[in-house]
Amino acid sequence: MTPDIFFVERRTEEFPGTFTLHVKKQTDHEVPPFRPGQFNMLYAFGAGEVPISMSGPVAQSSRYIHTIRATGAATRTLERLREGDQLGVRGPFGKGWPVDKMAGKSVLIIAGGLGLAPLRPLIYNLLAAEQAVEDVRLFYGAKNPAERLYGNEIKNWSQQISVYSSVDMATTAWQGNVGAVTGLLAGATVVPEKTIAFICGPEIMMRFAIQELTNKNLPRSSIHLSMERNMKCATGHCGHCQWGPTFICKDGPVFCYEDIQQWFHMREI
Amino acid sequence: MIEDESVQSFILASDNLDCLIQRLQKAGYQVVGPTLVDQAIVYNHIGSADELPRGWTDEQEKGHYRVKRRQDKAYFAYNVGPNAWKKYLHPPRRQIWRAEKTIDGLQFEAINEKPSPLAFLGVRSCELHAIAIQDRVFLSGQHHNEDYKARRQAIFTIAVNCTAAASTCFCLSMNTGPGISLTCDLEMTEIINDSEHYFLLRCGSVKGEQILQQLPVKPAQLLQLQEQKSAVHNAETQMEQGPRLFDSSDVKALLYRNYESPVWDSIADRCLSCANCTMVCPTCFCTTVEDTTDLNGEHAERWEQWDSCFTSDFSYIHGGSVRASTRSRYRQWMTHKLATWYDQFDTSGCVGCGRCIAWCPVGIDITEEILRIHEADSP
Amino acid sequence: MKNLAELLHEHPFFSGMREDYIQLIADCGENHVFRAEEYIARENDSADHFYLIRRGRVAIEIFQPSCGALTLQTLQDGDIFGWSWLYPPYRWTFDVRAQTNVRTIRLDGRCLRGKCAEDTQLGYDLMQRFARIMTERLQAAHLQLLDIYSHQQNRTGGEI
Repeated sequence: MTPDIFFVERRTEEFPGTFTLHVKKQTDHEVPPFRPGQFNMLYAFGAGEVPISMSGPVAQSSRYIHTIRATGAATRTLERLREGDQLGVRGPFGKGWPVDKMAGKSVLIIAGGLGLAPLRPLIYNLLAAEQAVEDVRLFYGAKNPAERLYGNEIKNWSQQISVYSSVDMATTAWQGNVGAVTGLLAGATVVPEKTIAFICGPEIMMRFAIQELTNKNLPRSSIHLSMERNMKCATGHCGHCQWGPTFICKDGPVFCYEDIQQWFHMREI
Repeated sequence: MIEDESVQSFILASDNLDCLIQRLQKAGYQVVGPTLVDQAIVYNHIGSADELPRGWTDEQEKGHYRVKRRQDKAYFAYNVGPNAWKKYLHPPRRQIWRAEKTIDGLQFEAINEKPSPLAFLGVRSCELHAIAIQDRVFLSGQHHNEDYKARRQAIFTIAVNCTAAASTCFCLSMNTGPGISLTCDLEMTEIINDSEHYFLLRCGSVKGEQILQQLPVKPAQLLQLQEQKSAVHNAETQMEQGPRLFDSSDVKALLYRNYESPVWDSIADRCLSCANCTMVCPTCFCTTVEDTTDLNGEHAERWEQWDSCFTSDFSYIHGGSVRASTRSRYRQWMTHKLATWYDQFDTSGCVGCGRCIAWCPVGIDITEEILRIHEADSP
Repeated sequence: MKNLAELLHEHPFFSGMREDYIQLIADCGENHVFRAEEYIARENDSADHFYLIRRGRVAIEIFQPSCGALTLQTLQDGDIFGWSWLYPPYRWTFDVRAQTNVRTIRLDGRCLRGKCAEDTQLGYDLMQRFARIMTERLQAAHLQLLDIYSHQQNRTGGEI
């Protein structure tokens, strides 16, 4: 599969080392539609390809939005792209968040650090009232106030949905919660039959969040998470993203906790 | 074996084997078959029957492979060598695309190599199964490997029934042999004894028929059909009497409940993580990509090449590898091959060819390890 | 050869506790030795025991994919670990691994819960001791979290 040629329409720096690219197709055509939770393979010319989740609204048909942390050769090259620069895009790939299961439910969204990026399209859906849900609560944990994604946007969201933010560490300039986000979650009331949870963040955080939710008797079938593994082809042929019997690129990256419970708690798998 | 008696069998004298090769070449195929190179029987392009390993056999055991001279001049009296046919259908290294950065922007060009028609001479039953397994890997999902598809459609298979089994063979345990049961273009069985040396041929397709018609063959007699059956039965018996016969029907369930078996630790003590097993295995399909650029930064290429789950950064993410220990990597390979493959592709990933046993430098035997996990399995 | 009550008496955790309470608790206990590198507990396993370290060192660990096991804290002679048996769902929160050979006194959680329910004064005494240990651990954890040795102070602030 050869990449399609896209160009950077806009670039914003979230905080040093993490940035968001708005990319459009070179020929100004509509981009293939995606579902929240899916990802693209972004190719930085000469450097390599990386899987990055969609982070923009589904409704916007002319561009993709991707939030990226610069850690390796490919992402560092993507970091140097400016408006007008070109990149390669393959996708969309993967299984997304099960939005069809949200109707009438109390929606819990639990995000840790960069994990908010793959959840943002879902949040956009909910804000646009695409599905009739009972209520929406976002729990967002970050390292410190400067390393929160979409800070100003979150302020706007809190006018429509309940937002509970926490950071691990802060100076007194931060008036919000300081502590592990799972601590905030512990204080939430959960009605097991009516709640659905979507979780994305570092695996340790997801482990503890799931522990909190199961302590509150939320059924395992109502918990959905997004997983990450090494990816090369994104088409289920290179074998790198295997996780037990699943391929993260085509059976995931979103999974229902009930389906993958055995693998989630296994080490070095 | 095609049990249908209505499929006509024919006899080709052993001296006329080269006719088959010549006819295939005239029909436009490059013939690939076994050759003796560096004291191993490996697959190569061949031009005539002289290049086949006539009169050679292989002796295989854990961490042991030797070729040995036979008393007779049999063409196919060996089992499998370190190669598999995957080296032609799923090449070890292949360019996927090239890209240019010009003042007008980026341009990508896919590399679609038109594959040459190849005739595979001497495909064992286990190998036919391995090809069928890779067909599922590459052609049954949402995305198809178009290069594999093109190469696959361009081959002509001459399958060969095994009339003896190496001690490392366990196709009987994996229900993949020794008799040919899957579709091929031509099916051959070599019969050789003190008084005669011939091939029993059957065609399995229209393409096969077309070639068969051009060969100096005679219809097979009942006695010869019986000799063929008994020759294949000989291979079966050898495996039935060997140490590698086991019931593979519950291996998936066994491994699924034994991810923390102490056997993995004992294997890890021996495994070198050398990846030999994945290189010789006919079903292993993992690849990696190599993105390169020239010094100007104006020209880039993407290449796909074989990879192995045993490499230390196969599972690298976020600054480290998920499968950091040899223990976890061996466990990944074996549980994938024998258990999770079922859930992914509806078959086992193992065809019982025994290559991994022979080519493991420390002699780790996958069949022995299944037995040990069984023994350590607590109810 | 000392009996269990004497060993408990010697351990700092029970310093100053009434003799009859120590005897009650000793009924729930036994000596147990772990070999070096042995895992004493795993995250999410059923938490049935409370351990007093007589001699040796253990590591409290957490497993992170692609990093392996990270040591959060080590404990040694005179320390205690394992209080998840106090609260449902009674599951270990972290891994615990013996770094050296470790001599412990292992107390059965269910037995202790039972004794505390029968004699709430005993329960109160025990809870006080736990609360003090937990406070010390929490303070230590905060100090560790502060990352005071880092070259850059990256605790930048921001508005809500």
